[in-house]
Amino acid sequence: MPNSPGRMSDYWKKNLRTLWILLSVWFLVSFGFGIILVEPLNQFKIGGYPLGFWFAQQGSIYTFIILIFVYVARMNKLDKEFDVNED
Amino acid sequence: MDILTWTYILVGLSFAVYIGIAIWSRAGSTNEFYIAGGGVSPLANGMATAADWMSAASFISMAGLISFSGYDGSVYLMGWTGGYVLLALLLAPYLRKFGKFTVPDFVGDRYYSNKARVVAVICALFISFTYVAGQMRGVGIVFSRYLEIPIEWGVVIGMCIVFFYAVLGGMKGITYTQVAQFCVLIFAYMVPAIFISMQLTGNPIPQLGLGGSVADGTPLLAKLDGVLADLGFAEYTAGRKGMADMLMITLALMVGTAGLPHVIVRFFTVPRVKDARLSAGYALAFIAILYTTAPAVAAFGIYNAINSTSEKNISELPVWVQNWQKTNLISVDDKNGDGKVQYLADPSANELSIDKDIMVLASPEIANLPNWVVGLVAAGAMAAALSTAAGLLLVISTSVSRDLVKTFNPGISEKKELRIARIAAAGAVLFAGYFGVNPPGFVAEVVAFAFGLAAASFFPVIILGIFSTRINKEGAIVGMVSGLIFTIGYITYFKFISPELNTLEHWWFGISPEGIGSLGMLLNFLMCYFVSKFTPAPPQHVQDLIQEIRIPKGAGSAHNH
Repeated sequence: MPNSPGRMSDYWKKNLRTLWILLSVWFLVSFGFGIILVEPLNQFKIGGYPLGFWFAQQGSIYTFIILIFVYVARMNKLDKEFDVNED
Repeated sequence: MDILTWTYILVGLSFAVYIGIAIWSRAGSTNEFYIAGGGVSPLANGMATAADWMSAASFISMAGLISFSGYDGSVYLMGWTGGYVLLALLLAPYLRKFGKFTVPDFVGDRYYSNKARVVAVICALFISFTYVAGQMRGVGIVFSRYLEIPIEWGVVIGMCIVFFYAVLGGMKGITYTQVAQFCVLIFAYMVPAIFISMQLTGNPIPQLGLGGSVADGTPLLAKLDGVLADLGFAEYTAGRKGMADMLMITLALMVGTAGLPHVIVRFFTVPRVKDARLSAGYALAFIAILYTTAPAVAAFGIYNAINSTSEKNISELPVWVQNWQKTNLISVDDKNGDGKVQYLADPSANELSIDKDIMVLASPEIANLPNWVVGLVAAGAMAAALSTAAGLLLVISTSVSRDLVKTFNPGISEKKELRIARIAAAGAVLFAGYFGVNPPGFVAEVVAFAFGLAAASFFPVIILGIFSTRINKEGAIVGMVSGLIFTIGYITYFKFISPELNTLEHWWFGISPEGIGSLGMLLNFLMCYFVSKFTPAPPQHVQDLIQEIRIPKGAGSAHNH
């Protein structure tokens, strides 16, 4: 294995940091906006949707998709940077 | 042509396609049988995962469930999609790198223990069996409703079809059949939704139509809130469940989704680690097409149902109401004898009962669509039920042939293993068929079981197995067993032993049996951590294995063992 253990632990740390950031957003849009803060957010409207309701039934799902694709892009870049990508 | 002819033509055509695909992609090796030879493209795998995931319940019942629970129905929408984020970020890439066939394979190797493997097999079998029993019933109902044959015959035909392509084709056959099934089911779901959205709000995109306005210019959701409030119901966009329960159910469904073996195993079929990540993204995108449309179908459905019945003369109800009255999915009982329908929250005065399944099943008729659309919805519902049943059967047969038989007879030949896998799949079809014909009264309840158990058993030990090098076999076994027993105990107590106590004031911390898997998961995590702390660390070769699965390079094709 050409990669030293030190470099691999850097790779792992960067991976974990990415996970923490993305999972915070995951938590925020679903549990945060969709459930805990739903009533205050419902004061605002997005089209005919109360905002909290929109997050619970639409917005959280769109955000989930974006999160996975951001993760894919970020990890592909990280894999290249640390030379652990596959051809 | 009439509805029945169209239904036979479209259902028959779709079945011919599935069987054709199964024959074309017949599995020759255990590798192809278990994981499709590891060569499925991420896009195809994403579609197959979506079809695998979306069951008869997602297709037929979910929208109706939301119709009658409004905002509270969000737990299903967020719960059954948010789990894919966990899958993509925390499980799929590492399990793909690990590169074997099943979840018990991973648990057994990572926790260097056949005991842990057997506990995992028991969990996998329990989850899959509870789930598949419900699917076969769904197949029977769909067949009988559309083809006008008895439910028993519907189940038998469904069994034969699933048996044919799951047992012959294995994972390879199932994967490509599921791609076709995804296309059928999503098309069938979208066509009526688009037309109804256009009729009600003038916007052809249901996701936008739900936020649009009805003919008089009021936003649809505000209008619906008002209509429901006038009849004495809670407002559509307001919650009725407690916040703690909402949080716990959503979490249990998310984590349960990420822990379901028939979903996880799909990510073993792609060639590379980065394909596993990408594939989870595609899967969620495909699933989201249905899951963001469902709340629109739900709101349009209940709005239309109320508008076309409430305070209307019973003799002048629309044709679709009369049609579905024959199946007892809608029934009218003129209690006060005024010749009109009163739909009210007060059960003693309410004269209309509507089954939740009607919101999807009757949608083509509500929208006045041509007869072929009804046939299309039938084919879509069957695609949803069959694809999920097939994926589950494969998990069952793999668990038996590989995780049980092969673990204890390592010298078994590949040919013999493949034969055992096929026999196990056949046995599972018969088992599922039996419960489809003689459904236990608790099919709806066992769904809570399947998700709760997946959340409380697999999820913590897989996550810790990847992200911690310190968790050992003692921790994993105690964790899985305690999470499992706690969750089974709580659900059994409130669902079967004392159902009369199944109310908010008796629940622990206000958490219903549907959400208890979240606490079971927490218990599993804590047990893993503390038991491991006081017992020896895993041996060096396991430490090396963990370091190895954390980097994508060198995944290779999933090899034979």
